[in-house]
Order: sequence, then C-alpha cells, then structure tokens
Amino acid sequence: MKSLPLLSLIVFAPWAGAVVLAFVGRHVGANANRTIALLSSFSTLALAGVALASFDPAAVGYQFTERHAWISALHVDYHLGLDGLSLLLVLLTGIISPLCLLASWRVGRCPRAFGMLFLLLQGAALGVFLALDFFHWFVFWELSLVPAFFLIKIWGGPGASRAAYQFVIYTLAGGACMLLGFAALYVATGTLNFTELAQLAAAGELAPKLATLGTFWPQVVFVGVLLGLAVKVPLFPFHTWLPPAYAEAPTGVSMFLTGVMSKMGVYGFLRILWPLFPEPLHAAAPCLLWLALGGVVLGAFAAMKQTDLKRMIAYSSINHLSYCLLALFAVAGASKPDAAAAALSGTLLQMFNHGLSAAALFACVGIIEARSGGPRGLNDFGGLRTVTPLFAGFCGIALFSSLGLPGLNGFVGEFLIFRGVFGLAPWAAGVACLGLLATALFLLTFWQRVFHGPVAAGVAAFRDLDRVEFLTLLPLVILMFLLGVLPQIVIALFNPLVTAWAANLP
Amino acid sequence: MTLSAQYLWLIPALPLAAAAVGALVPRTGRALAAGAAIAALVASFLVSCVALVTALADPAAKLVYNFAWFDLGAGVFRLGWLLDPLTAFMCVMVTFVGTLIFIFSLGYMKADANFKQFFCFLSLFAAAMLGLIVANSLLLLFISWELVGLASYLLIGFWFHKPSAAAAAKKAFITTRIGDLGLLLGLLWLYDSTGSLLFFDGGAGVLEAAALGSLAAQVTVGGLVVSTAIGLLIFCGAIGKSGQFPLHVWLPDAMEGPTPVSALIHAATMVAAGVFLIARVYPLMQADALLAAVPVHALTVVAFIGAITALMGACIAVAQNDIKRVLAFSTVSQLGYMMLALGVGSWVAAIFHLLTHAFFKALLFLGAGSVIHAAHHEQDIRSLGGLSAKMKVTFVTFALGTCALVGVPLFFSGFWSKEAILHAAHGWDVSHLPFYAAVLGVVLTAFYNTRLMAETFFGKPRSPAAEHAHENSPVMTLPLVVLAVCAVVLGFLNTPVWPWLDTMLLGKTEVHGHSLMEGAGLMGLSVVLVALGLGAGWALYGRRTRVSATAPDPLAVKAPRLMAFLAAKLKFDELYDATVGRLNSASAAFADFLEFWVWGGLVTLLARLGEFTGLVNRETDERTLNGGFDNVSEQVRGPGRVYSRAQTGDVHGYLRFLALGFVVLVLLVVMGGAK
Repeated sequence: MKSLPLLSLIVFAPWAGAVVLAFVGRHVGANANRTIALLSSFSTLALAGVALASFDPAAVGYQFTERHAWISALHVDYHLGLDGLSLLLVLLTGIISPLCLLASWRVGRCPRAFGMLFLLLQGAALGVFLALDFFHWFVFWELSLVPAFFLIKIWGGPGASRAAYQFVIYTLAGGACMLLGFAALYVATGTLNFTELAQLAAAGELAPKLATLGTFWPQVVFVGVLLGLAVKVPLFPFHTWLPPAYAEAPTGVSMFLTGVMSKMGVYGFLRILWPLFPEPLHAAAPCLLWLALGGVVLGAFAAMKQTDLKRMIAYSSINHLSYCLLALFAVAGASKPDAAAAALSGTLLQMFNHGLSAAALFACVGIIEARSGGPRGLNDFGGLRTVTPLFAGFCGIALFSSLGLPGLNGFVGEFLIFRGVFGLAPWAAGVACLGLLATALFLLTFWQRVFHGPVAAGVAAFRDLDRVEFLTLLPLVILMFLLGVLPQIVIALFNPLVTAWAANLP
Repeated sequence: MTLSAQYLWLIPALPLAAAAVGALVPRTGRALAAGAAIAALVASFLVSCVALVTALADPAAKLVYNFAWFDLGAGVFRLGWLLDPLTAFMCVMVTFVGTLIFIFSLGYMKADANFKQFFCFLSLFAAAMLGLIVANSLLLLFISWELVGLASYLLIGFWFHKPSAAAAAKKAFITTRIGDLGLLLGLLWLYDSTGSLLFFDGGAGVLEAAALGSLAAQVTVGGLVVSTAIGLLIFCGAIGKSGQFPLHVWLPDAMEGPTPVSALIHAATMVAAGVFLIARVYPLMQADALLAAVPVHALTVVAFIGAITALMGACIAVAQNDIKRVLAFSTVSQLGYMMLALGVGSWVAAIFHLLTHAFFKALLFLGAGSVIHAAHHEQDIRSLGGLSAKMKVTFVTFALGTCALVGVPLFFSGFWSKEAILHAAHGWDVSHLPFYAAVLGVVLTAFYNTRLMAETFFGKPRSPAAEHAHENSPVMTLPLVVLAVCAVVLGFLNTPVWPWLDTMLLGKTEVHGHSLMEGAGLMGLSVVLVALGLGAGWALYGRRTRVSATAPDPLAVKAPRLMAFLAAKLKFDELYDATVGRLNSASAAFADFLEFWVWGGLVTLLARLGEFTGLVNRETDERTLNGGFDNVSEQVRGPGRVYSRAQTGDVHGYLRFLALGFVVLVLLVVMGGAK
C-alpha cells in the first residue's frame, strides 16, 4: 500500500477535522460545527471499513505498515501497522466516537471547542492503537490526556475540576513510570520499536541487556511499564481516579473514556507488557491475578453500594475490564494452549463488547440526566418504564448485555474468559463467579429502582427518546443482538492472531 | 413424514420470530402480536409432532446435527441439535400446553394495556424453552436456560408498577442465578476435562462412553470423583431453576406474575427444566454409580434434596391461604418428587411425572386463573367459597385436576406417575428415608388439596367478589376442558401393564408390561394414604365449611404455632435476609469502605505527601536560599531606601540641595586651600 497511507489517514483525519473546525467553525452556526465534528469523527469507521475490505486475518503480522525514518539520531521511526487486535480497536473507536458526539449533540456550551477537543482525543486514541514505535506511541498516549482533561473540566459536572486533575495527574504519574522504563530500554537496546523489542524478548536477549545497566533494572523497567498500564486500564487498586472522572465527565466523554480509552490500557498489556516481559509477567502473574480478582469482585460489590448511577456504571466498568486482565494474567501464569486461546479470544471480545455496552449505559444515564436536569441518583426515579417505554427497552437491553445475558454480546466473551481461566487457574474462575452474581444484583437494582414501581413524582413529564437519542442507542443495540448471536463476525478478525499467540506461549 | 435433526431449529425459531413480531409492532397491534404468537406455537407443535413420530420410529437413536458457531483457536466451537424421544415428548408437551395457555391468555389479559408485550414475552419464553429442549450442547442448553430465566423475570415483573412484582422478579432472577453459577462452573469443568460440550458427537460427546469413562476415573479434592463433582455443580442449576430446597424461595413470590405465566412457566415447563436437565445428563450423573469407594454419589444427593423438597413443599402448602401460593408450594413439592425419582435411579419415572404434572398443574393454575378473573382478582381462599354452582366448568375441571394431583387411583394420570416414583423410591437400596418422606407427602398432598377445593368451591361465598363471580368465556374454559381430558387419559400411556412411555424413553421397541398384582402391596398402601389425606381434609374443611372470611382455620385452632410457622414458609426468607442478605450488604459496605478509606485514602495520602513535600520545599527555599539572598538584598535596599527619600521629585528641593552642595564645595575648596 505505497500509494495510500491508510493508517496515517485513519489517525490524522480526526485531527484534520479539528483543524477545519478551528478555522471554519467560527464562521458557521452551532449545528454546522456539530455536523463537521460528527463527519470527521465518522471518518474512522469509513476508513476502517476500507482497511477491513483488504485486511487478511490469516496473515498474522502487521498489515498496511508505514515506516519512515523520523529522528535518525535517536533511531526513531514513524512506524504504523495494523493487525487483528488494532483493527478491532480501530473499529470500536470508529463505532463509539460518532455516537459520543451524537450523545453530546445538545451540549450548548461552545460546541466548536467541544468538537475540536473531542476530535483531538479520538485521533490520539487511534494513534495509540496503530503506532509501533514507543516514541510516538507515547506521544499519542500522553496527548490523549490533554483534550480529555479540558473536556472533563470545562463540560463536566460540579466536581469536574477535581476529578479532571486527579485523572490527569494519576495517569501522568503512571506515564512517567513507563517513560522511565522505556528510557532504560532504549539505553540498553538502542531501539524503541515494539517489533524489534519483542523479537529481542522472544530471543531471551532483552533481560540480559537490561541487566547490564544494573542487577535490578529488568525488574524496575517491568514494574515501571506495568504501573503505567495498570493506571490506565485501571488495574485494581490503581483505579481510584476512574469513578470520579467517569462520573463527572459529560455523557459523550464518559462514553469515550469507558468505550475506547479504557481499552488503551488493555491494549498496552497485550502489545507491550506481555511480548516484552514474558518472564517477569509470568513470575508476577499469581500476584496480579489476585489484583484482577479484586477488581472483579470488589469492583462489583462497590458498585452495589453506589447511589449515583454514573458511579455505579463506572464501577461496573472496573469489574468488566478486570475480567480482561484476569484472563491475561491467567494466560501469562500458565501454559496450556487451548485454554489460553479461549482466554485471549475472550479478552479481545470482551474489550469490544464492553465498549458497546458500557457506552450504551453511559448514554442511557445521560438521557436520564438530561430529563431530570441534573439528579441521577438511584432513588430519584421510579416507574420510568411506564412513562418512557422505548427508552426503557433500550436501557434494559444495555443492562442485560452488560450483565452477560446469553443471546446478547457480553456473554460469549465472558464465557470464553471463564472457560480459559478455569482451565488455567480454576480457583480464580470460582472466585470470579461472585462478580457475576454481584453484577446481576446491582444492575437489576438499577433497573428496578429507576424503571419499575409506581411513577415517581417529577418523572411523569419525562418524554421518551427523541430522534438524536434514538440514533445514538440504536446502532449499539443492534450490535448487541448481532454479536450475541454471531460472534464470529468479530472473532474472525483476530482468531488467527490469537491462535498464533497461544501456540507461541513464552 | 420425518424430520431431520438439521431442521430442529424450526421448533424454537418459530416462536422466536413471533416474539420479534411482538416486539416490533406498535402497542395497538394486539391482534397481530397475539395471532403471531399462537400461530407460531401451533406450527411449532406440528413440527414437534413430526419430530415425535421420527424419534419413535427408532427410539434408541440419537439424531444429532452439530454446526460451528465460531472459530476458537485452531478449531471451531460447535453447537448442535438433538432429537431423541425425551426431546420429542418434551417439545410436544411444551407446545401443546403452551398453545392452550396462550389461548387462555387471550381472555385473561384482554383488558391489559400491555397485551401485545405479554404475547411477545410469552413467545420469547416458548422459544427459549424449546431451545433448551432441542439443544445438543450443554452451552446451548445453558444459553436457553438463561433466556427462560429472562422471560420468567420479565413475566413475573409484568405488572412492574407494583413494587412487589418488581421485587419478586428480581428475587427470582438472582436466586436462580446463584444456582446457575454452579451450572456454569460445572459446564466449564466439563469442557476443560473433556474438550467438548456436545452431548452426542459420534463417540466424542460428553455423554458418550469415552468421556464418561475418563471423568469417572479422575479424582479431585476430598476424594470426589470428577464426574460426581461436575454432576453436583450441574445439579446446582437444577436446584435453582426447579425450586428445590434450599433455593425454592423465589417460586412462591413468582406468583406475582399474571396467572397464565404461573401456569406455563412456574408450573408446567420452566421449573421442570431442572428435571429435564438432570434427565438429559443422566449418563454423567450415573457415571460414578458403579464406583464403591467414593464419599458420595451424585444421584444420592439428588434423591435427598428431592425428598426434602417434596415433603417441605407439601407441609408449607397446608398453611397457605392464597390460591396461587398453595399451588406454588404444591409445584415445589411435586418437583421434589421428580428429583427424588431421578435420584433413586428412575429417570423415566421422573419424566413421566413431569409430563403428567405439566398437564394437571397447568389445568389447576388456569382454573385458579379462571377463579381469580371471575372474582375480580380475589386470591384469598378464605374470601372465596361457593363457586361450584357459579362456575361449573371451572369447578369440574379443577376437581379433575385435583384428583390427578392427589393421585386418585386408576383413572387419573397423577396416580400412575406418582406410583412409579414411589415404586422406584421403595426399591432404592441406599436409604429408606426418602421413601418415607414421599409417603408422608402423599397424605399431605391429598389433605391440602381437599382444603383448597373445599375453601374455594364449597360453602357460601364469603365476599362480594365471590358472590358476583360467574363463569368465564369459552376462550378461557375451553383450554380447561382440553387439559382436564389430558389430565385423565395421559396416565394410560404408561401403566405397569403397558409401560409404553418408559419403553420409548429407554430406547426400546417392545413394550413389556407386567400384571398389576406385582406391585399391588405398594399400590394398596398409596390408595390408603390418599384416602387418609382426603378424609382428614374433608373432616376438617369439607364437612363444615367456613362461615366467614375471618373465621379461624380449624387446623390453626388446634396447632396455632405450627400453622403460623408453616404459614410463614418455615421462615426461610427471614433466615436468608439475616444471613445471605446481611453478608451481601456487609460485603458491599466493606468494598465501599476500602474504596474510600484504603485505596482512595492511599491516593489522598500520597497527594497530601506531595503537597507536604511542596510545602517543605517552599519553606526551605523561602527561609534559607531566598533568605540569604534576601539578606544581601536587604543590606543593599536599606541604604537605597534612605537615598531614595531624597528622590522627592521636587525640583526646588533638588536646586536647594544643588545650591547647598555648591556652597559646601566652595567652602571645602576655600578652607582646603587655606591649609
């Protein structure tokens, strides 16, 4: 693909949209600004579709690669590539982003700036999913914080400022640890290229090279990179920034944070930590498994105690992402190819499915919030199903998708994760079942308190979904059904890749 | 006409399509939704009949069709359909009873605003239930299993504006999910040990000899055989779904749903799914049977749980006053009998009772529905009474259903199926306790049903609602008549003289009956027991009927505390609230505490530490570094300040100073020169 730098287009099209907004947006109305933002955001899905058309899942390596020398003094290349994992996440970004903007359609305060920042954020996330050199990977990684910070702080709720600072500082601190780790890696190996580093690791040369810096450097570097990723996912107990950030962010941004940004961390685990540090990860896996279990179980129980619906969904996100990490750590800790293949397939599927269902749930809470004019407590409503039957139906589907009901998207991923984890660490699968139970409990409590019972005072005048809200939720709901019945659509993209991973377990 | 297993999907797919129609039509599309639901189920019934004919042509055959669902690693993950006599009988029963209940609902739900949604949910339920039956994969069975749970949840909470209905729906979903997690773990273990979840797969299925042999040969923690452990985990799912002790607590509350739902889901079909499940995986449950030195056999646990449930349900039913709750506990008890039959080794007796029970219990629930509909939603039997003359069809069919449930000898289906269970329990060589429990249960069943009949239909009407009751329209009574006929004749499909159903289920072709005299002793005993129960019930409730709704219950007069304890359902709800409920709230509070004080606290501490470092840093900078610099500056500034005072900006002042200076200079020069 010398002729068309498709991946660069994918990354920079949203930024181009932001530039257009910056120069043209001032002269046109609010709705024109929103439309420009939406169309630019939609470019990802369109271009991902183009990539999908000529993507060959059976070829396990990177495709559509672009590599140009960039900073030759540092041996830094501009290097982009796409494999099944990246494609999955680019598709997810492409689906979620326009819906986030649709969900933010009614944002009245400076829609042009909102659109610009959002497009910057989207481009940065795409850069993370496609970059193959640590240098610009890390630039995208950190750059994503800036627009997110302003989006939360300016358009967020009453506690947004504090939440935004906490989010950025916490993530930056993690990023600093990772940067330190990569600095050491660079000193030891002279390269920042993921593929080259992974080859070194596979050949068993990475740790000895790091050890030349000092005895403890292999461990220090591993911990540094781990911390950076752990904060981002987040891995329990590095998750405390998440509930306030998700809760205070405006609806569309919450959707993006949970739908796309939380996947950046898991992606980092799969793309960087696991290939580069197989041995330290293997050694740390029993410990990390407990942390992931903590996220699964305590995350779900903490959600049960929340009265703010957004915080509740935020905790459920911690719970759902912890399943991904649970599977990953189980795979890293044991070697059993068939169970590992199931666990890894489950992880990838869960990343995609969680993106859909969590984004839908945040959209739903946003819709409730828009009706109530602010309050979104568990006990502020009642009988919504009588008043807004269509919305109740959509929200109900999203809830059941999130609690892993078979027939909807969430189930297959969770089943595969549990199947894999049971094969690798049976006791962990047993404990994690508690999380499944608690999830059902708090999601059904949400549904019961808000939608059932007699119509509460103040709820009677709520109107059902309008056209924009309907269009926001409809694609997600359709995908929930579709992927629940035909998971093969998504699995086909990454199964050869996962099979190769499982076959070459370190 | 035969049906290839490849087309078995039609049986669940037809109602599923009807559910989709019901979901997509507007609220006003009542006729379309109901019509689609009934037409689809009738079509499904016809396909099921063809399937039955196919299965019975060669009852020993397991016709399977397996297909790939998705790629998994180097292989594919497969699901499949299975056709054997068990599947076929169940399909015919579900579609037949389902159709009648759908028709009944036309009348019962006529006035409901969400009429079309009701039929949508009913169709969804039928689809999931049929999917569960035709599955040739434990995972496909589990998927359908969860979906029937969803349909049950939606239908229990159908009148969701009632807080009690919403709460009951959630309780049902959560309680059954506890059991389902056991099932899930069993499924995972099975998959991990055998590499497959298909029941039959040309020798590679989990219910086939190779897999069973390897499962029975492995031992896990506590000396438990792996097949036993997996079997017991799977049985957890059955405990939840089939309302077995100790997870039976959701079933009585489920009566908050509309009565046709209780008839279809919580009596005839879904709650029997647990029995079906154990019957389906019976080879696995039995795999440890021949091993002597094991701590426990899976089926022994099943037998005891079944016996406890059978007796407990019957006891509690004695003291209930809500017509539907009496029937609900009766269902709990009867499901216990089925489990007992499975446990003592006679799965065909369990399935026979499942089939007969489906018909007569659906009949009883629809009869109760007919009463409730006629009596303006009065469900308390103390306030009913005197309906035998006002609702003749309902009365007669209800009486026939009661006879079947009680097991009135020879002419009623329940007699034959219960007899088969007692016979099997009597012959069990592990313990006689379950048999005694079952025998006691027979007396109690006769007793509480007599009470139910007497209170509901005899004596005088004891409320205006009962007084104004009159028979319902044929759309509701016709299903009652059809079911009543079935409740009688179905028993003749499987008498000791001609055990046709047993033969077919066991995959044999020739029916070998034996003389009635062979089991005559046991049969005589059970006739006496039924008579005893009926007699006692008649003596207490029938001879002198209740005079008013508030008059005390004759049994409560004699044993008030016992009756109160039974009426409170043995206080299971209170016990669970005090233990599981509290543990759950405590765990949530603990997790939240950790969030705020420990994890959040650590971060806050770190932040404060950062702030403190900053403070110290600033102070050091201010006092020492800046301090030294400031000192020097201050020394410069002091005189500077003094000098600056001179800078007044006053030109006259400057001139004055200038003049003064000039004078001083001159003086100095002059005086210096003078030296």
